[in-house]
Amino acid sequence: MGSISVLLVAKVIPYLEQELNKRYNLLRIWDFPQKSQLLTQHSASIRAAVGNASAGADAEFIDALPKLEIVSSYSVGVDMIDLNKCKEKGIRVTNTPDVLTDDVADLAIGLILALLRRICESDRYVRNGNWKSGDYKLTTKFSGKTVGIIGLGRIGTAIAKRAEGFNCPISYFSRTQKQESKYKYYPSVVELASNSDILVVACPLTEETHHIINREVINALGPKGYLINIGRGKHVDEPELVAALLEGRLGGAGLDVFENEPHVPEELFGLENVVLLPHVGSGTVETRTAMADLVLGNLEAHFLGKPLLTPLV
Amino acid sequence: MANQKNNIIIEQSSEDNNLPKVFLHGPPKFSIVLQPKPSHNFHILNPSSHPPLHEFIALNPHHASSITAVVCTGGFPVNAEVLQLLPSLRLVCTPSAGTNHIDLFECLRRGIQVSSAGNLFSEDVADLAVALLIDVGRKISAADRFLRSQLQKPWDFPLGSKLTGKKIGIVGMGRIGLEVAKRLEAFSCMISYNSRNKKPLLSYPFFSSVLELATNTNVIILCCDLNDQTRHIVNKEVMLALGKGGIIVNVGRGALIDEKELLKCLIEGEIGGAGLDVFENEPHVPKEFFSLDNVVLSPHKGALTSESLIGISQLVEQNLKAFFSNKPLLTPVI
Repeated sequence: MGSISVLLVAKVIPYLEQELNKRYNLLRIWDFPQKSQLLTQHSASIRAAVGNASAGADAEFIDALPKLEIVSSYSVGVDMIDLNKCKEKGIRVTNTPDVLTDDVADLAIGLILALLRRICESDRYVRNGNWKSGDYKLTTKFSGKTVGIIGLGRIGTAIAKRAEGFNCPISYFSRTQKQESKYKYYPSVVELASNSDILVVACPLTEETHHIINREVINALGPKGYLINIGRGKHVDEPELVAALLEGRLGGAGLDVFENEPHVPEELFGLENVVLLPHVGSGTVETRTAMADLVLGNLEAHFLGKPLLTPLV
Repeated sequence: MANQKNNIIIEQSSEDNNLPKVFLHGPPKFSIVLQPKPSHNFHILNPSSHPPLHEFIALNPHHASSITAVVCTGGFPVNAEVLQLLPSLRLVCTPSAGTNHIDLFECLRRGIQVSSAGNLFSEDVADLAVALLIDVGRKISAADRFLRSQLQKPWDFPLGSKLTGKKIGIVGMGRIGLEVAKRLEAFSCMISYNSRNKKPLLSYPFFSSVLELATNTNVIILCCDLNDQTRHIVNKEVMLALGKGGIIVNVGRGALIDEKELLKCLIEGEIGGAGLDVFENEPHVPKEFFSLDNVVLSPHKGALTSESLIGISQLVEQNLKAFFSNKPLLTPVI
């Protein structure tokens, strides 16, 4: 299989890169500062691409690689892949569901706690030597607060389960009401936001959910409300979010994702009611390794003519 | 002359004269924190809680035998000496969960009742324990710090370690330990515990020593009282048994851990990390902690939420009211 060319379009953990390199003729997109050079030399041989949450395969990319058979994403979200184009061209697409559900849900709760209880801020307070001058201010209790979840898929459900351990009443919005769910359903995000203390974005990014968190939703959540985003940056109208935080119209935000990573709006750095993370939702050794194994397993299955492990297309 | 001076210091209306007297034994402005509302059942002698007890009694010696209840806080002990000073004392009311600033034995001997915060803070403290655990394991504070430093693009931040399914060892299975266990069960963690005595109604595995607990778990969470038996209960041996990936969370008291040894183990990588809300010599925190990324430092704020503050001021008032109406205390200690 060493003759099969696989294009790596994003940075991955060393284990995955090494295994891909062992098994295939691995091309790394960052080795080609000029895209034209990559295409001239290799477009006729690239049969697989491996991307992640930030880089995938858009229409232009797919058109430039006539021999592309499979895109295996090192992520569960595939908003960076033109799925329709792949369907059209018979290109398979795989992702990494389930293996990262727990980590992302753990992080969502971690973000809520860090935000409401000002964990990062009070850690700074101690490190700056300020505790000697007096206690840190009172913060906000998490247990018992109403949690509203947008998207009750695998991750949303896992977040709900953990929040229930804190006696939080759970409500949700999703495309369709889940008849078997015991949680309270709201038919719109604005209504969900109006009735939640903490609003968590846990749905896939699609055309419909782009900027699902807009000015109206933010105002409905209000000055005592908190927004947690472990989905995609583009779920949130970021300039609106920043304005709301600066003006005190929103209580606070915990963000693992941003519209234009690795760019973070500078205004956020001066705020004590935000927690900012560099897209680490699935960022544990255990999970990134499991994700890598799924990528490798899917590619292997494809080239052996076996059923894919986690196909989307 | 002395009487006139006393009258200036303590202004009493004639209606208050017959009400039982309550003394606030805490820092200046302590009452602002508690705000027991004006009551028909009792009279607070020193709403500004200034001057402190000994000076107050020296200035108003006749009040020594009129004080029937004291509201005190950690740092303002009610020991044998204080009890000696207040012969009519019948109730000690502390707004804390901990009672190591009160000589309970002496109170029992004198027939003095004691009330505490009971389980009021348990949820907030348990929430903080979980917050610290997730933060250390997933490097939340370190990552937030990393982003705010704006030094690195593209993002190259180290991986954390998974929490779901981890083996958690809880030291102290009182109310707080139970609330921590309940929360972490929702993360599919496996709970085991050590406490003074095995709890027959609990199904979690029990280990008779913290060392055994550490040997069999990935995380140690300290939720127990500080006393002679538990001082430095987490020592070098326990930390080495917990191991290089292990995490320690302390929401009990600083002296439960050998702090110097903890620092060494963190620096040398003998344990994975620590989340600390308490320290041996608060508010002093050894500065060697400040350069570590595998530790999260919290300024003893387990119970310091707005909700808990409202709750405790209501609870103190309710306990005082109940006591002076000859009803049972809501949250008796003894």
